[in-house]
Amino acid sequence: MINVNSTFKIALRALWVNKMRSFLTMLGIIIGVGAVITMLAVGTGASQKISEQIASVGSNLLIVIPGSITQGGIRMGSGSHSTLTRNDAEAIEKECSAVSAVAPFVNTAAQVVYGNQNWATGIFGTSPGILEVKDCTLVTGRNFTDQDIRSATKVCILGQTVVDNLFGGIDPIGQIVRIKKVPFTVIGVLEPKGQSIMGQDQDDVIYIPLTTAQKKIVATHVPGMVRSIMVKARSADDMALAEKQVTELLRQRHRSGPSKEDDFTVRNLSQMMQVAEQSARVMTILLGAIASISLLIGGIGIMNIMLVSVTERTREIGIRMAIGAKTWDIRIQFIIEALTLSLIGGIFGIILGITGSSLISILTEWTTVVSPLSIIMAFGFSGFVGIFFGFYPAYKASLLNPIDALRYE
Amino acid sequence: MALIETRNLSKFYFVGDNVVHALENISVRINAGEFVSIMGPSGSGKSTFMNLIGCLDQQTGGDYLLDGTSIGDLDKDNLAEIRNRKIGFVFQGFNLLPRTSALENVELPLLYNHITAKERKKRAMNALARLGLQGREDHNPNQLSGGQQQRVAIARALVNDAPVILADEPTGNLDTKTSVEIMELFVQLNSEAQTTIILVTHEQDIAEFSKRIIRFLDGHIVSDVPVVKK
Ligand SMILES: Nc1ncnc2c1ncn2[C@@H]1O[C@H](COP(=O)(O)OP(=O)(O)OP(=O)(O)O)[C@@H](O)[C@H]1O
Ligand SMILES: [Mg+2]
Repeated sequence: MINVNSTFKIALRALWVNKMRSFLTMLGIIIGVGAVITMLAVGTGASQKISEQIASVGSNLLIVIPGSITQGGIRMGSGSHSTLTRNDAEAIEKECSAVSAVAPFVNTAAQVVYGNQNWATGIFGTSPGILEVKDCTLVTGRNFTDQDIRSATKVCILGQTVVDNLFGGIDPIGQIVRIKKVPFTVIGVLEPKGQSIMGQDQDDVIYIPLTTAQKKIVATHVPGMVRSIMVKARSADDMALAEKQVTELLRQRHRSGPSKEDDFTVRNLSQMMQVAEQSARVMTILLGAIASISLLIGGIGIMNIMLVSVTERTREIGIRMAIGAKTWDIRIQFIIEALTLSLIGGIFGIILGITGSSLISILTEWTTVVSPLSIIMAFGFSGFVGIFFGFYPAYKASLLNPIDALRYE
Repeated sequence: MALIETRNLSKFYFVGDNVVHALENISVRINAGEFVSIMGPSGSGKSTFMNLIGCLDQQTGGDYLLDGTSIGDLDKDNLAEIRNRKIGFVFQGFNLLPRTSALENVELPLLYNHITAKERKKRAMNALARLGLQGREDHNPNQLSGGQQQRVAIARALVNDAPVILADEPTGNLDTKTSVEIMELFVQLNSEAQTTIILVTHEQDIAEFSKRIIRFLDGHIVSDVPVVKK
């Protein structure tokens, strides 16, 4: 077989002769590779986001919400029994041995004012357990104390976004902010966590004591009612036990007999996240597979053009054969030509894919992650497409009879 | 032993229900170092004969021995190798690769003979120089005159030191003056390098540059005589 270097030169020249045609043929591969890389980047970005979310949400979490979940979805229980209360949260913390921390929640959205600055954000009434439950730390200041809860003090812990928007450089600790006209003293600032999977800014929050929230900020029709209770198990192995203990305790407290349906639901947050992560992975594969179809179509374009090229260059093939080109010399020449088309297309496709991914992340604010593996895969796949679809035209060329090829007009 | 020997060599073409007897029972011996012209009217089988001798085509009957090897039994790749090593072709229409420099055209047989790039270039430059084409190595065929193109083709035919050069009407597309120049090149090649040359021509003047004239008619050899130099 003749040497690959010379053959590449021959291939490049042949492609250069028909610049426009070569470019249009490559375009199929460029778009195909670009689409594969972009789609994989979107999918991988989503999975990664979910993984980050799992980490940021905290691990070994159960969430207790009022109402029961039937197969039809959420069915809210009726009457006062359906509500979760602060006492439920405290009981869980006291009585469930597999539980390490508990944080009940009420929440609302409100305008926060500091001096002449104001900022609309989410206000969460909760308990000191919040930091442990969310795997959070404070950059400065202190956590709530049980005393804060008992006496409903007007103190608050701010997320970084709130700090940035209200204080702009001033140390917020000890400053007074007004939430729904009620003055609160800032006692702490949370460590930044970034965006959640839904694109929400997790640092755009204010935590205040649950009792203060129930009295002054969040209107509830049942006194002491909470929206949800987050429960952290001591370890991953304790998740099942914690779930069982919480369920039994709440059942007992809500006096729901064994025949009666629960008026609350305990969900394993980590498990839910894992399911989401898995479905994001499936979506990645699906997107990639759909995009590869366009790469396949690009390959068919290569085959089409190579067949035309073989016919056009019958005489050239005849000359080469007369001069001593063997079957594989001819095949290799045309395969390398197809391969060159697809690989150059692949390189431009990678550039397109990377550009496309960053464009998508700029325009939609999704995270896109172009992984090296996806580049290698897309490039390898385009090379495979070149060889696969180049083979038949090359094979056809090699079957020509030298004398017929020479006589071809 | 003759370099080229045919025994009852025949070639039939089947066109529809007709059989064209392009060559019938040709038996001829050509020794190394000979310079032979093939003449005869159009359709008499000259090109068919050359294609068989050149291993471009395969006979329907009879035997062909090139350098003692029976060609009829060889496969496609073996034939390609023989064409590459033993035969240089010069065609009426030059048959150079378009958009490819003179140098690369001449290098082509060496490429298929696995000669290294450096050696290829050296030998191709030599061959071009022998044919008076110094300074033309970077010209593409469309930048060369007919005579120059044919000289590139001859350089290509002899670059691999093939013992036989087959030329089918090499001067058919050239004017008289250029034709004479080309023929003088062949004569020189034949006398200096002892290259065996077989060429097809319609012109008596051209044929007389050679040493032996074989005449074809309807697929048969009708005369085979040495050229009497004046
Ligand atoms: N591929 C083919 N199919 C059918 N018949 C063919 C084919 N090639 C040649 N022939 C026939 O074989 C005969 C000999 O043809 P050939 O080409 O050898 O003639 P020639 O002597 O070279 O003529 P010219 O001087 O015109 O080149 C002709 O009758 C021609 O029609
Ligand atoms: Mg002819």
